[in-house]
Amino acid sequence: MVIELSFIWAGIIAFAVLTYVILDGFDLGVGILFPLARNETEKATMMNSIAPIWDGNETWLVLGGGGLFAVFPLAYAVVMPALYIPIILMLLALIFRGVAFEYRWRTERWKPVWDAGFFGGSLIAAFMQGIALGALVQGIEVTDRAYSGGWWDWLSLFSVLTGFAVVIGYALLGATWINLKTEHRLQAQMQRYAVFLGIGTLGFMGVVSLLTPFQNPDYFQRWFNLPGSAFSVIVPGCVLLMAWLLFSSLKAGKDATPFFASLGLFVLCFIGIGISFYPNIVPPSLTIVEAAAPDSSLKFALVGTVVLVPLILAYTAYAYWVFRGKVDPEEGYH
Amino acid sequence: MFDSLTAETLARMQFAFTVSFHIIFPAFSIGLASYLATLNALWLRTRDETYLTLFTYWKKIFAVAFGMGVVSGIVMSYQFGTNWSVFSDKTGPVLGPLMAYEVLSAFFLEAGFLGIMLFGRERVGDKLHMFATAMVAFGTLMSATWILSVNSWMQTPAGYSINELGQFIPEDWWQIVFNPSFPYRLVHMVLAAFLTTALVVGGVGGLHLLRDKTDKPARRMFSMAMWMLVFVAPIQILAGDAHGLNTLEHQPVKIMAMEGHYDSHPDGAPLILFGIPNPEERRIDYAIEIPNLSSLILKHDLNAPMEGLDTVADEDIPPVAIVFWSFRIMVGLGFAMLGLGAWSLWHRFRGQLYDARLLQRAAIVMGPMGFVAVLAGWVTTEVGRQPFTVYGLLRTSDSLAPIAAPAVAASLIAFIIVYFFIFGAGTFYLLRMMNKRPDTPHLGLRDGPVRAAGIAQMHHGDSDTNLGQ
Repeated sequence: MVIELSFIWAGIIAFAVLTYVILDGFDLGVGILFPLARNETEKATMMNSIAPIWDGNETWLVLGGGGLFAVFPLAYAVVMPALYIPIILMLLALIFRGVAFEYRWRTERWKPVWDAGFFGGSLIAAFMQGIALGALVQGIEVTDRAYSGGWWDWLSLFSVLTGFAVVIGYALLGATWINLKTEHRLQAQMQRYAVFLGIGTLGFMGVVSLLTPFQNPDYFQRWFNLPGSAFSVIVPGCVLLMAWLLFSSLKAGKDATPFFASLGLFVLCFIGIGISFYPNIVPPSLTIVEAAAPDSSLKFALVGTVVLVPLILAYTAYAYWVFRGKVDPEEGYH
Repeated sequence: MFDSLTAETLARMQFAFTVSFHIIFPAFSIGLASYLATLNALWLRTRDETYLTLFTYWKKIFAVAFGMGVVSGIVMSYQFGTNWSVFSDKTGPVLGPLMAYEVLSAFFLEAGFLGIMLFGRERVGDKLHMFATAMVAFGTLMSATWILSVNSWMQTPAGYSINELGQFIPEDWWQIVFNPSFPYRLVHMVLAAFLTTALVVGGVGGLHLLRDKTDKPARRMFSMAMWMLVFVAPIQILAGDAHGLNTLEHQPVKIMAMEGHYDSHPDGAPLILFGIPNPEERRIDYAIEIPNLSSLILKHDLNAPMEGLDTVADEDIPPVAIVFWSFRIMVGLGFAMLGLGAWSLWHRFRGQLYDARLLQRAAIVMGPMGFVAVLAGWVTTEVGRQPFTVYGLLRTSDSLAPIAAPAVAASLIAFIIVYFFIFGAGTFYLLRMMNKRPDTPHLGLRDGPVRAAGIAQMHHGDSDTNLGQ
C-alpha cells in the first residue's frame, strides 16, 4: 500500500508541475515577447490576454511547492537548498512580473519601469526554471537526508543550456497564445515568430535529449533498454507529428492549433524527463518511496485532492471560457 | 555588515522580514473581500447606487493589494525549503497536507474567481458575479483557516508521534487540525483582519468627509466602518482575553514574557502596565503596576500564585523585551479601536456623525493602526514561541537548512531591496487611489487591466467601470 500511494502521489505532483509549466509557460512567454509590441495598444492587448488567468496559472507553482512539502518532504528539503540561488531569483523575478499587471495602469511616469519588470521578470523566471530543471537532471548530492553539495553546483553548461531551452519554449507557447488571442499586425507578427521559435524549441529539445543520457549512466540504461527504449522510438515520433502540426497550422493561419501543438511538445518533453527520472524523485539517488511522507499524510492529502482538483479544473476551465475569444484592444480605453 | 551574524540569525531575519511584509496584505484582503461581498449583496438587494460606487472603488484597491499578497505569498511557500529544510523534512508529514489543503481549497478558489469578480459582471450576469465575489471572500477565509491551523500546531502541537528519523508523524488529523490554540487564534486573526479593514475604510471615509461632508459614498463607508468598530472591537478584546488564557494553559512561558514576570509571585502577581525590561538584571525597571491584577485576569483569583521566568531554564526563555513591548502596543491599539467606536456612537446618537471633524481626523490617524496591531500581535506570539519552531519539541537552531551565512545574507539583502522597492511603490499607488473621491471614474490611468477577450456581440466593459463616465 505504501508503494502504491507514493506512486499515485508522484503522478499527482507530476501532473501539477506539468499543468504549471504549460499554463504559466504561455503567460511567462507573453512576458518574454512583450518588448515586441510596437505601441501601447499592442502592449495592452498582450497583457490583457493573460490578465484574468495569470494568478490562477501561478497557483499551480504554489501547489507544486506545497504538494512536495506535503507528500515528499524529504525531496522538498533537499531540492530547495540545492537550488537556493535559482529559486530565490525565480521568486524575485515572479514578484516583478506579477505586480506589473496592476502597477502599470497606476502611473504614467513609471510605466516603462513596470513594463521592463514584466519582461525582465518573465525572462529571468523562465531561465531560472530551466536552470533548475537542468540541475535536477544532472543530479543532487544527498548525505544523511540533507543536501551535501556546494551552493554553485546548479551552475553548469548543461543547466544554462536547459535554461535557454525553457526560455525559447515558453516564448513559443506565448507566441502561439498571442496568435490565438489577437488579430491584425500582432497576430501576423507572432505567426512569423512562432515558426522561428518552433525551430528553436525543436533544436534545443534535440540537443538536450542527446546530452541527457550522458549526464547519468542510469538515464542511458533507461533509454536504451526495454521498456524505456520503446519510448525512445515512440516519443520522437510523436514529436515529429506535433512539429508537423505546428508548422502546417501556422502556415494555414489557424488560431488554436499551433497553441495546442506547442502544448503537445511540452507534454512530450515532460514524459521524456519522467522516463529519465523514474523511479527517482531527485536523481541520482533519492527514490519516490524514500522521499514519501508516511501513509497517514498521503491518505489525508489524497482525499481532498481527489475531490478538489477536478473542481479546480472545472472552474478554471469556466474562467477561461468566460474570457474566451479575441482580445478587444479598445476594451481598455473607456 | 553581516559578518558577525550566523546563518540562523540571518535566516530568522529573512523569515521575519518576508512574513511581516506578507501578512499586511492578507490582513487587509481577508476583511476587504468580505466587505466587497457585503457591498455587492447590498447593491443587488437595494439597487442603491452608492453601494455600487463603493464596490467599484474598493475592488480596484483590492486588486492591487491582492496582487501584492499573491507574490509575497509565493515566496513564503518556498522559504520553508530554502532556509528551513530540516524543519520541512521533520514537520512536512504533519504540516504539508494542511498547506496543500490551503492551496487546493483557498488559493485556487481566489485566483479562479478573482478575474470574474473584478471584470466579469457584464459577461456572466449579476447572480454568477455575486457568486464569484462570495467565492473570493470564502477563499480568503479558508486560507486563513488552514494557515492558522498550521501556525497553531507549531505553537500547541497535538495528534502526532515522532518516528526514528525524528519526523513528526500524523496520528489523529482531527487533533492536528483542531489543535488546542487553533480556534482562539483563528477567531482572533479573522476579527483582526475585519478590524484592520474597517479602520482603513473608516480612515478613507473620514478623509473624504473632511473634504466634503455631503459626499454620499464617503458618508456610507464611514458609517459602515464605525458600526464595524462598535461591534467587533469589544468582541475582539474578549477573544484576545480568551486567547491569552489558552496561551497560559499551553505556553505559560510566553505569558511570563508578555507580562514581564521575571519573578514568581506566590501570593498573586501584579499587572505591569508599563516599565522597561532589563534582561541583564532580570527585572522590569520603572514598573508601573497594579497589585494582584494579573492573577485576577489570568486566574480569576486575586491571590492565585503565578510562576515567573525564574522557574524556566535559561535556554528556553524567549526575548522578553520584544514580547513585552509588542504585546502592550497591540493591547493599547485594541483599546484605541474600542474608544474610536464608542466615540463614533456618541456622535451618531447626537446625529453628528458626518459633522464630527475631530472624530474624522482621529479615524484617519487610526486608519493604518490595524496593520500595526496585527504585526505587534504576531510578533508577540511568534517571538514568544522562541527558541522553538515546534513548541517544546523542535528548536529553531535545529530547524535550519545546511546553507552558508553569505548565501542567506545575500538573499536577505535582495529581498529587502526588492520588497521596499516593489511594495513601497504599491503602497504609494494604494494611497493615491484612496486619496481620490469614491465616485472617481478613473482611479488610475484607466480602470486597471480589463481582463477580457472581446466577443463582439456581448460588447465590452462592465457596468462598474462605465459608471459615471
